[in-house]
Parts: sequence; structure tokens; C-alpha cells
Amino acid sequence: MNSLRKYIDKNKPLFQKGGKFEKLGSTFGAFETFLFTPNHTAKSGSHIHDVIDLKRTMIVVVLALLPALLFGCWNVGYQNGLAFGIERSLLGHFFFGFWKFLPLFIVSYVVGLGIEFASAQIRGHEVNEGYLVTGILIPLIIPINTPLWMLALAVAFAVIFGKEIFGGTGYNIMNVALIARAFLFFAYPSEMSGDKVWIYGLPDQAAIDGFSGATPLAQLAQGATQNMASMSDLFMGFIPGSIGETSKLAILIGAAILLFTGIASWKIMLSTVIGVLSIGLLCNAFALNEYMAVPAYYHLLIGGFAFGAVFMATDPVTAPHTERGKWIYGFMIGAFVVLIRVFNPAYPEGMMLAILLMNVWSPLIDYFVVQSHIKHRQKRFLVKKNA
Amino acid sequence: MSIFSSKNVKLLSGPLNLQNPVTVQILGICSALAVTVKLKNAIVMGLSVIVVTAISNLVISMLRNYIPSRIRIIVQLVIVATMVILVDQVLKAFVYDVSKQLSVYVGLIITNCIIMGRLEAFAMGNKPWPSFLDGLGNGAGYAMILIIIAFFRELFGSGTLMGFQIMPKAFYEAGYVNNGMMIMPAMALILVGCIIWFQRSYNKELIEKE
Repeated sequence: MNSLRKYIDKNKPLFQKGGKFEKLGSTFGAFETFLFTPNHTAKSGSHIHDVIDLKRTMIVVVLALLPALLFGCWNVGYQNGLAFGIERSLLGHFFFGFWKFLPLFIVSYVVGLGIEFASAQIRGHEVNEGYLVTGILIPLIIPINTPLWMLALAVAFAVIFGKEIFGGTGYNIMNVALIARAFLFFAYPSEMSGDKVWIYGLPDQAAIDGFSGATPLAQLAQGATQNMASMSDLFMGFIPGSIGETSKLAILIGAAILLFTGIASWKIMLSTVIGVLSIGLLCNAFALNEYMAVPAYYHLLIGGFAFGAVFMATDPVTAPHTERGKWIYGFMIGAFVVLIRVFNPAYPEGMMLAILLMNVWSPLIDYFVVQSHIKHRQKRFLVKKNA
Repeated sequence: MSIFSSKNVKLLSGPLNLQNPVTVQILGICSALAVTVKLKNAIVMGLSVIVVTAISNLVISMLRNYIPSRIRIIVQLVIVATMVILVDQVLKAFVYDVSKQLSVYVGLIITNCIIMGRLEAFAMGNKPWPSFLDGLGNGAGYAMILIIIAFFRELFGSGTLMGFQIMPKAFYEAGYVNNGMMIMPAMALILVGCIIWFQRSYNKELIEKE
């Protein structure tokens, strides 16, 4: 550690103003602060001095994502084994999936960080660490069969149009990872839905008899409410789906880490669940078709709901900042998810669209919460004065 | 004053860049999103708008001293509507398939903000010849942006240009897929944004001072 610090200090002058590599200053700063907590703090204004900074926050989120990532890799191998009747050991499944997942992961990071570093360099800003989490989220929310060039295009689109043009990390209106997914979803729908894309190898080879690669969501959307995966399979994640979204157990472990460290808002997580349950129960009460009769708690276990509620709806940049606003925001996400799933046959999954829509609305929610607060206090003041 | 004095030439060339109705004045966006899926449609639409702006500017400018200012919008609309119906009939007669694809958007040229804007801002206060040039220039500025957007949308959305296959077959065999997002109006808006971005980084004087 010490020698690393010395090495960095020795080379620092080269990258500072007037140095040989002055133009690469942002890149140098990014690596330095990634390796060592910077020792300078804000001097003016009121700031909370804390051991945690943006880079450390992001690392905790990445840690929280690890269970879902590891399980996702194993599940890729497991589903591939199921489809073609291949037996492998636990580690065999994991490594099979891991090698298929790795290229997606690398492409996401190389393209995203490349754009991030380049734009920081052009503007002369410090490199922001926002992409650390986005880069790991993107490969987790897409199907394993996504072609790499499509992923690269989607990442470039999301980082440039979702983030950089708004001013970089912390200024984006919508969740960058979800923009990448939305781009893929609308640009290449055949690669992002159907029952072939979720299982590695399925588009090229025929699966063994009786195997369907359809996700539980797709089955429900097609009206097949029979022979669904069992509750425990859904919870543990032994189902086809995007890489990181299948195991609710792994996601709950991640949620526990986020809540324990206080990084994600429990209000948003809880209110999304309440939103799903209340609209789900409402659908149950007027069960006009089979999908409406699906038990409300089922919606919590299928599709990307759990992953989205824990890791994407709670994104501190795009969620509302007022406490009451967070309740409204979460509830609306939950409500929209069920509405889109049940009533819109064109989109089997609504989590992505629900979060993106509420991202756009969250400044509006904040505005109204603050306004109502002001009005409330004004009223109290007037009552006192008149009394 | 000669017919092509430098002032008159500016009326023609201004709208192509620094005074572009779409990218600088942000007018006529709605039809730019709707008709730019195919290059052919965009060209026909652009030509129609050039004809309508130029001739209605000319006619209004000739009538400008006789139009009572309280009912001027009605008079302008009557003239624009007449022109649009003429254009629509011509399109139906000669390029029926394109006219069918453009559907209501030819009729909606009547409400195109660029035309009303030029009539109000220019033709009501200028002589017929400059007004005609101004209409021609603004129509051309609009058509130019439409064609640029349609070029990218058709090339990447359908792999064709003017209906001819451009993207080689080998690309598709290697796994290339047409981008479905390009077909959607949302992408047209993003492309307009990109054009504005490039234009502003090229012409620094367009950037607002803070």
C-alpha cells in the first residue's frame, strides 16, 4: 500500500497543471481517488463530514449487487443445463454462466467508462464514479443472449443521451441503466423478449422436448396461468429471466446490505411493495380475466420487480428528495407495474417503464410536496395571527 | 435594388444555417417527427412546404396593404389553405403512394408554425420579391433538416434509402439488425437534438450568453 502511495505521489506532478501529461489530469485523479480516500475536504458552507464519499457509496452498492450477480451466473448455467439436458456440478454451472456473462460485463464497462473518461477529459472535470454501479447494473438487467454490439450501442446511447448531455453523474433525470435497457427494448424488440433470448444457446440449438424458455411473466401474459413455476422456484430464482433479476433471495440479501448501511431509502422499497399489493388486490377484487385473478403477492416474485424496487427505484439521483415524495413515488411505481403487466398485452413487464415514468415525475412530486408544506405552514401562521 | 442584392441573398441563405426555422427557432417540429421515417416522404414534404411558404408569402405580401389588421390571420389562413389544397391535389395526381403515406400531414401544413411565422413576421411588412425569397429560404431550411433526419432514420431504421437496399446483406448475416428505435418519433426528436448540438458547436454565436 505504502509503495503504491509513494508511486502515485511521485508521478502526480506530471499530471498537474504544467506537467507533461496535463491533459490526462482527470484520468489520473480518477484512479488516485479510486485507490485512496482523498484527504481534502470541503472548507466552506455547511457540509456533513463523513468517512463515506461517492466512491465508497458506490462500492457498497456493488457489494449489494454481488449476490444477485453470482446467483445470476449460476442460473445461466443451470437454465442452459435444463434446456439441453446437460448435467454439471454447482461450480460447473457457475463457471459456465460466468464465462458467458463476462463479455457482457466487460463491454458494458469498457464502453461506458470510455465515454465517461473522454467526456470528463473534454470538459476538464474530474471523472465521476457514477458509472461504477450503472456498468454492473446494465449486464444484470438484459438477457444473456444480447449481442455484444447491441449492448455497446445501448450503453453508448444511455451514457451520452441519458447522462452526459444533462451534465454527468448526479444530473441525470432518468436511471441510466434503465435507459440502456429501454433502448435495447425498443430498438431490438426481437432480442429482448420472447422465449428464446433468456437461455444461452437456445436460438441456435433446439431444446429437449417439453422445455419452454418462456419467463413466468411471458407465460402469464399469454394467459397460461397453469403449470407455472412454484412459489419456491420463483423466490429462489430457478426460472429463466434477465441475468440478475431471477433470485429474490439474492436481491433481498442485497436489499439488507443497502438498508443496513443506510444507502437506499426503505421508504421507497416499502411503498413500491405496498403499491403492487394494493393494485394487485384491487385487480383480484374485480377479477375479469385470469391475469387479473393472479394473487397480488405473485407480482412481487415475477419479472424484474424485486430487482428494480431494490436497486433502481432507490437511485438517489432520480428519486424524489422529499420524504413524503418518496412514499408517493414508490407507490406509483408499484401501481404502474401491475397496471402495465395486467392491462397492456404489448409489454409483458412494466417495471422498466414504470420506473422511467416516475423518474420523470419525481421533480414534479417534490415540487408539490414542498408547495403543500409551504401552504400548510402559512395556514398555521395565519390561524395563530388571527386568534 | 437589384434582384439578387446581398441583402436578398441573405434572405435565402440565412434560414439554411443561422436562422434555421427548425433547429434555431424550434418551429415545425411536429411534422419533422412525423414524416421523416422515409427519405422520399421527407423530400416530398419538404418540397410542398417550400412551395406553400414561398407562394403564400408572395401573395400575402402583395395584399399586405389591403388586409385589415384585425382579421389578418383569417385572410392568411385562407391563402395558405388554398395553397395547401392545391399542393395536396398535385401530390395525389402525380405521387399517389407518397401522398397516401403522408396522409394528414400535407393538410396539416396549414397549421405549420413556420408558415404562419413567416407571414406574420416578414410578408406583412415587406415587398413581394424579398417576401418570396424569404419564404423560399425558410421552406428550404425546413426541407434540409427534414432530409438530414430522414436520411439517418431510413438508413439505420430500415437499411434502405429512397426504398433501395443500402445496408449490405453480409451485415445482416453477421448479425446486424435494423434499429427499431429509429422508426419511432422519439428518435427523430433525439436526432433534431443532435443536429442542434452539432450546429451550435460549429457556430458559437448561436449559444446563449448566461
